[in-house]
Amino acid sequence: MKIVVLVKQVPDSGVERTLRTDDNTIDRGSANNVINEMDEYAIEEALRLREANGGEVTILTMGPDKAAESIRKALSMGPDGAVHVVDDALRGSCAVATSKVLAAALGRLSPDLILCGAEATDGRVQVMPHMLAERLEIAALTGARKLTVEGSTLTIERQTDEGYEVVTADTPAVVSVWDTINEPRYPSFKGIMEAKKKPVETLALADLGIDAGEVGSAGATSAVLEHSRRPVRHGGTKVTDDGDGGVKLVEFLASEKFV
Amino acid sequence: MAEVLVVVEHSAGAVKKVTLEMLTLARSLGEPSAVVLGAPGVAAALTDKLGEYGATKVYAAESSDVDGHLVAPKAAVLASLIGEVQPAAVLLGSTQEGKEIAGRLAVKLDNGLLTDVTDLAADGTATQVVFAGSTIVKSKVTRGLPLVTVRPNSLTPSPAPATPQVSTVDVSVPDSAKLARITDRVAEAKGARPELSEASVVVSGGRGVGSADNFKLVEELADLLGGAVGASRAATDSGFYPHQFQVGQTGKTVSPQLYIALGISGAIQHRAGMQTSKTIVAVNKDAEAPIFELADFGVVGDLFKVIPQAAEELRKRK
Repeated sequence: MKIVVLVKQVPDSGVERTLRTDDNTIDRGSANNVINEMDEYAIEEALRLREANGGEVTILTMGPDKAAESIRKALSMGPDGAVHVVDDALRGSCAVATSKVLAAALGRLSPDLILCGAEATDGRVQVMPHMLAERLEIAALTGARKLTVEGSTLTIERQTDEGYEVVTADTPAVVSVWDTINEPRYPSFKGIMEAKKKPVETLALADLGIDAGEVGSAGATSAVLEHSRRPVRHGGTKVTDDGDGGVKLVEFLASEKFV
Repeated sequence: MAEVLVVVEHSAGAVKKVTLEMLTLARSLGEPSAVVLGAPGVAAALTDKLGEYGATKVYAAESSDVDGHLVAPKAAVLASLIGEVQPAAVLLGSTQEGKEIAGRLAVKLDNGLLTDVTDLAADGTATQVVFAGSTIVKSKVTRGLPLVTVRPNSLTPSPAPATPQVSTVDVSVPDSAKLARITDRVAEAKGARPELSEASVVVSGGRGVGSADNFKLVEELADLLGGAVGASRAATDSGFYPHQFQVGQTGKTVSPQLYIALGISGAIQHRAGMQTSKTIVAVNKDAEAPIFELADFGVVGDLFKVIPQAAEELRKRK
């Protein structure tokens, strides 16, 4: 089975993130950039499938030159190689344009299975799997907490507000996963050394037959007009429990008309 | 006035609250038309409620094809309806399904989309809160019509009774939209508590709760306040509470009137899911816990003493 895992480099969600003041794009320069956490679960799932059924695992990333660091990190977990779509014209791309680029790259790779995280921690938009499925005319099984592969049939369980759904489709398909699906491995020393030698193909827009005007800020279907810091919340009253903390808590709720 | 399409979120024959919020928002933008997508017969039970909140039209797109597959058929039906109606805007819930439908529509119509929108002005300017609730963004769809998903609990729904005209939408779903088949739906007991993302009160427990058994305390307080129960990632990863109740970066985003954090330190990933709550109350034994920087009211103390006492006090006042 030929598996492609989509990996996005994002600013670390564990520290403060900001937008640039000049063009309202994510400030990737000052941020500590990491692999989108949810994508690590997708990589792990791909590696487990390769261990069980054979095949190959390729990482696909669209992002600036710096994203190469995240690609090497992803490869150190065990995938066979990577494709990095990098082009200055991609800066500021909206989700619609991003899906166009990724779909074109996936078209060249023609995988049986595309795996990705259920959301990226920067935008949290969650639309990419369905956008890609729409463009590639394949199935999207999204939000998997469990994935089973039998021959060319994929079955997932996905959490809903009411319980869970069992959804099935034939390959080729895109499957997005939540962090409940597995426990990603840590790269081994051997993995880190091997990752340095693994093939990483870089593709520019021209290689994908996409015009620069269709992507980036120039081709964006939406625009950020302005941004501002939300007023910082300030801690209010803080009391130390001296045996009446529960009562004081309820008194506060009553003063705010919650009881 | 131009129509504004509101894609109805519903469950078990009832309209979800986010739909009423969207109808309320839609009224400030044009004529609200509700679109019901689902199994045959589902729309009839929802029409009165949709009218109560101002829907002047209800489009009923009912088919087992819509109900039996993941979102692709819904997007196909909506795309043709949008082509026919030429609405001023399309609103969906900012839920997993709402976002997924919107994503497909954006590709089908080559149209921009904005997710997690908390307000939409008549000129199409949308407000979004991003980066763990730290940044407010004003943005606009610049290609096509405003296609937005609206975050639950972003506004207070208000009734504006109308008598909707119901029309049946022809549902013809291409085979290419029927690739992901739902073969089973398994209900998991969730009791009488309100749904997490829609609840006006949320009581969450974290690592400090200590065990699955101790979560009964969190549940008890939630029940006394008519709220939903949430959990931090530390609590769900430790198996104290099921994953679907996780609040934070990799879980649900909630924006209730009242959020009570019990034994939660308040790491940035947790704040991402609750920072826009109107009022925040925290109980934690560590006086330096970052959650206190957000809390309108904080109690530094042992939650196993503070919460039973608070519960007792609440019962007294009932």
